Formats: sequence, C-alpha cells, structure tokens
Amino acid sequence: MMGTLQNSTAAGPPATNPGASAPGRVEPKLKISRLDFFYGAFKALHGVELEIAANRITALIGPSGCGKSTFLRVLNRMHETVRGARVTGEVLLDNEDALAMDVSRLRRRVGMVFQKPNPFPKSIFDNVAYGLRVNGTRNNARLKEAVEHSLRRAALWEEVKDKLHKSAYDLSGGQQQRLCIARGLAVDPEVLLLDEPSSALDPIATAKIEELVFHLKDNCTIVIVTHNMQQAARIADETGFFLLGKLIEFDKTETIFKNPSKKETEDYITGRFG
Amino acid sequence: MTRHRWRNLVNEVMFGLTAACALAAVCLLFWILGFLLWNGGKSLNLAFFTHLPKPPGEIGGGMANAIVGSLQIVLIASLIGIPIGFLGGIYLAEFGSGPFPFFVRYTADLLNGVPSIVMGLFAYAIVVRPMHQFSALAGGVALSVILIPTTIRTTEQFLRAVPQTLREGALALGANKWKTIATVVVPAAVRGVATGMILGVARIAGESAPLLFTSFGNDYWSRSLNQPTSALPLMIYKYAISPYADWHRQAWAAGLVLLAVMLLLNISARLVLSPGAPRN
Repeated sequence: MMGTLQNSTAAGPPATNPGASAPGRVEPKLKISRLDFFYGAFKALHGVELEIAANRITALIGPSGCGKSTFLRVLNRMHETVRGARVTGEVLLDNEDALAMDVSRLRRRVGMVFQKPNPFPKSIFDNVAYGLRVNGTRNNARLKEAVEHSLRRAALWEEVKDKLHKSAYDLSGGQQQRLCIARGLAVDPEVLLLDEPSSALDPIATAKIEELVFHLKDNCTIVIVTHNMQQAARIADETGFFLLGKLIEFDKTETIFKNPSKKETEDYITGRFG
Repeated sequence: MTRHRWRNLVNEVMFGLTAACALAAVCLLFWILGFLLWNGGKSLNLAFFTHLPKPPGEIGGGMANAIVGSLQIVLIASLIGIPIGFLGGIYLAEFGSGPFPFFVRYTADLLNGVPSIVMGLFAYAIVVRPMHQFSALAGGVALSVILIPTTIRTTEQFLRAVPQTLREGALALGANKWKTIATVVVPAAVRGVATGMILGVARIAGESAPLLFTSFGNDYWSRSLNQPTSALPLMIYKYAISPYADWHRQAWAAGLVLLAVMLLLNISARLVLSPGAPRN
C-alpha cells in the first residue's frame, strides 16, 4: 500500500530536485552517485553512478568478485555488518539520503533476499510475521491478514496454508526461498533487493522464483544480482554490467544483450571471459 | 625382521595398548559405579530423605536438611551465575572483538582452571567475613563463581555456531541488533545454551570443597539463608571421615543420591540437545 503511494508520487512531476532531471522524466526510485566502497584498504567499488527506476526490475551482472553484491548490500546498508567496510558517495531513496537515515527505517523500506534461503528456526507463520512484529504490530487479525497476503504474493500460500504452524525447516529449498521473499514482502518494502536468489535452487524452483519476481514489480522496485545471464535477459527491464568494481555499462536489457556499446560487456555476454 | 613386518608389529602393539587403556578407563568407571550402587543401594531408605541427622552413636536418621540445603545453595548459585554467564556470553559472541572481549575470554578460561577450593576462600573473604556468619548465601556465591565462566564460554560457543545469514535476515527486516539477538540468535541456539547450563549446574551440585568454609553445614533445619546450611557433598565428607559405621553407611547413600542427580541432569541435557526434541 505504501509502495503504491510512493510510486504515484514518483510518477508525478519532478518538482523537488531542481537540475537532477530533465522535464517530463520520471524520478528514479534510487539514485546512486560517486559511490566508492572500501573493505579496509581495498577499494571494491569505483565511482558507481546509477539511477534505478521505480516499478522496474534491474539486474546486475558480472563475473565473481566484480562488486555487484557489494553494491547491492550498500543499497540497504547491510555492508555495515562487516567490520572495516566504508562507503563514500551518495545513495538517494526518493531523494532522501539513504546513508544518513535511520538504518532500521531504511531496511524496512528496502528489503533484501539472500543467496541461500535463510528462514528463521520458527514456524512458517512466525517467519512471515517477523518483520511486522519487530516493527511493533501486535494485532493478531492484522498479522494473519498480512501473512496470508504476503504468502500469496510470494506464490507460496497454496502450498503452506494448511501447515502455517509447522517449522519453516520442513519446506524444500525452493519453498524456503519463496518464504524468505514472503517474509521480505510482509513489511511492504518499496524496494526489494535480491542477491542471487536462485543460485542455490534447481531449475524448476528457479522458474517459480523468476515468475514471482516478475509479478512483484507492479508494487515494488526490484534490484536483482544474478550470475545467470539468461535469468537477467528473461526478467530484467534494465541491466547493469559490473567489472572489477566499476559499473561498465547500464542500459535496457535488450540493448545490453543484443547491442552493448562497450567491448568488455560484449566479451562477457558472449562468454569470452567470466 | 623386514621393515614391513616391523611396522605391522608396531601397529598392532599400539592398537592393543590404546584398547587396553580404554578398557581400563571403562572398568574403573563401572567399578566406581558398582561400588556406589552396591553400598549406597543397601543403605538407602526412606528415612534418609525425611529425617534429620542423629547424634553420633544413635543409629538411623537421614539427611533431609542436606538435601534441601543442597537445593537452596545450587539455586542461589544458579540465580547469580546463569544470568551473568548468559549475558556475558552474549556479549562475547555478538559484540566480541577487540581487546576487552579478548581479556574477558582469557579470564574466563583462567577462572575455569582455578581449583574450586580457592573459590571457597574467595567467597569466605567477601561474604562470610563481612557477615560474620557461615551461610547458604556464601555457599551459593562460591558455587556461582565456578558456574559463571563455564556458562559464559558455552553460551558464546553456541551463539557463534548460529549462521551469520540468520542475523542478516533479521537485520534486513529492520530489526536492530538487540532484537536480532533476542528473537533470532538466542532462540536458534537455545538448546545448546540450555545444555551447557544444565551441565554446569550438575558440576557445581557435586562440589564440596567450596562449601567447607562458606555454607559450613549443620545438623538441623536452617531457618534462613543467613545460617550455616548443610549440603550433600559436605555430609559425605563429614560422614565418611567419621569413625561410626552407621555414618559410613549414610555417606554411601548420599553418594548414590548425588550420582542419581548428576545422571538425571546429564540425561536431561542430552534430551534437550537431541535432534528429536521439538523445534520451536
């Protein structure tokens, strides 16, 4: 609900940020400028500039260690759990400084799904309700409604509706990952970050995740890191290519895959390295 | 003798030696157990649990006061030691890098190796002397000092075993660090942590040395925690070194009861830790 509200403002005239965008252009949901990232003395990201549009799926591709996951984790500041990690530059979420706002509030607005399914050792219901509970929702009817709604959005409701109070560990890997997506959706985030969400899953489970992610963009902005180029080609509206900590190219997915403007991108896409 | 046959011989001799030592250890254990069961079993009766000790020379009586005293002292020790050890363990596992946590960890390991009678001396100095009184309270403090380091370290160990991805999952939903610890990390580790606590309590329940000059012991019901209080390990010590046959009999019975309590605590620890236990 909150997402739709935000989205309608984002689609409106860009009045608040003079000079940032040309007239008639849609304000980006996330605007990243001059982003440098350091692990101690090691510089992992170099001057990344990127605008991510609302209600789109943006894929980030690149070889292992290129910085795409690091970049994703900066967007909801999960990098702060790592000692010695430091970031400079600017990340704007709806023109608000994401690096300065209260971190819990940021993470409620920008959710994250991880590479390996990481359900809590709790019941299916308690997993999905977790985010609402830590944010203060105690009303049982409200929780029930939100849990069902989130599980439906994550295309898991039909499979689990009769065992909501069973342990989440009884689910298959693919179901666990959809549960983690449902858990992320329950707090109604405006942006959902997915860090290689299907790399640990079999092809059928992967297809389910992709289909579900594809439908989520109606209410949510999606940024997905993937190792799988076909996956990016299948679901993403825009794709960014990272190499050695730099964002080499960012464009419409079709352009990136059919007609990239940089040689490095072409080499990677065609499998000459990586 | 060829080199090959020599190696085979060494191999077999070493195997035989290790097996024989393992057998000796097990035999010793069963010897003790059998001794306790035999001597304690024929001495144990209902009076042991319900009666107060009788003066020397009179036959009969029991250790009801010592059983209750042991419970009181161990309870006091747990009430002090478990919260401190548990929260300290959380600190070490979740906030623990840098010089201070290193220092705490090192100190805890050191304390673990300190002879228990020294803990008794310590409690004597800080509780008995100022209060001018032996008491259950002093005994509890002495035992809690033994309980704290083990609880700290086992809590830390089991919290560290919780995968980092669970913490990240909670943080990514907007939980702050303490919420994450309280609602995800600790529940995920609760069985291991509880097991560590039970084993720690089992250990202090059998300690006698720290109680010698803290709770001291007596032969009647203590009216408050401020009075000298008896405990089973103390009674074993006192009765076993006495010259009276009937007291020896009762010392065996007390040994058997202590053993049964240990066994019970150990079994419950195993049950808590077993994969068959219900998950939350």
